[in-house]
Amino acid sequence: MTALHPRKLVTVVCEAALERAVLDTLRMAGAGGYTATEARGRGSRGERAGDWEGSRSTEIQVLCDADTAGRLVEALLARYSADFALTLWVSDVVVARPAKFP
Amino acid sequence: MPDPVVLFFALGLAARLARSDLRMPEPLYEALSIYLLLALGLKGGAALAESAAPALAGQALLAVALGCVLPLIAFAILRYAGGIDRSNSAAIAAHYGSVSVVTFAAGLAYLNARAIASEPTMPFLVAVLEVPALLVGVLLARLGTGREAQLLRTVREAAAGKSIVLLAGGLAIGALLGKEGTAPLQPLFGDLFKGALCLFMLELGLVVGGQLPALRRAGAFLAGFALAVPPLFGALGAGTGWLMGLSHGGIALMATLAASASYIAAPAAMRMAVPEANPALSISVVLGVTFPFNVLVGIPLYERMAAAIA
Repeated sequence: MTALHPRKLVTVVCEAALERAVLDTLRMAGAGGYTATEARGRGSRGERAGDWEGSRSTEIQVLCDADTAGRLVEALLARYSADFALTLWVSDVVVARPAKFP
Repeated sequence: MPDPVVLFFALGLAARLARSDLRMPEPLYEALSIYLLLALGLKGGAALAESAAPALAGQALLAVALGCVLPLIAFAILRYAGGIDRSNSAAIAAHYGSVSVVTFAAGLAYLNARAIASEPTMPFLVAVLEVPALLVGVLLARLGTGREAQLLRTVREAAAGKSIVLLAGGLAIGALLGKEGTAPLQPLFGDLFKGALCLFMLELGLVVGGQLPALRRAGAFLAGFALAVPPLFGALGAGTGWLMGLSHGGIALMATLAASASYIAAPAAMRMAVPEANPALSISVVLGVTFPFNVLVGIPLYERMAAAIA
């Protein structure tokens, strides 16, 4: 049976205007890759219906180790949480190929 | 006869207020906005190829001046009469100094329906008017805070934003191709324009309907500002159009441009350059008050202003 290894899944949901900045932060924190999808919903900054430029949101998922996840969360919250629609959470997951997710 | 553009807008607005499940697919909205920007650019570009450069340069200079003055006036009103903080005043001023391409397109459709001719190079002035206010807005927000470096980034990002890339790109392609070269594109970019604009207005009606609940949070002062500024700026735009030597239709379009408020380029630029400004404030009044005012009442008013001074 394939061995499974613990990793963190960081999920960031933010306004689409912030996507490039979040991806830059990911790179600086040392994450190896990401998956982004369009999202819509409601949060503390109201409804983001995704129906025009200003109300688009993005969900970005990152698989990485615990250290990278810590750096990433810290950097994102420090830089963007005060002024932008941004929420994030970290889940424990297992992966088959840990080298892909530094 | 009512304008189809207005009727489609009203349908979208009514559908949203009735809590209809009507939702335009986002990719269609995006495709339509790309189409409208390119179509306006191409049409203006083909006309540029046949225009006298010195006259255009003079008009462009006046447009830049107008684009710098409008946000300063808006900022002064918001900051000193409204007591709104510096960042929000600057961000909202940038929205009102910059222009709405769709409002321009609605103005053009209004004039065409009444057989009022306008200078075919007007889309060039749209592109010129779009950016200066964004820079003035960032300057107003950052002056004296030691963060003026943002300005270069704003220039870069505004120039690479989709509305400028498509409008200026369309102008350049149109100018290179000329009237004959763009003729084969006419079925797509010319004949279908009005219908595409109607679809886009249906979607904007839905979006505007969605903004109305947020208006309550913007407050009476901002809502009043959003109603009072378009006629005031429209008059300044009409005056500038007269100085440019434009025709009746051209003056009406300059008034429409000055009265309009940006909801694509300005929110994108202000979001990153002045992040502490609350985007919900500016968007709720730009889309919830100023845009519908201009489409329903403003454009006919600016046409009358233009008729009076042309």
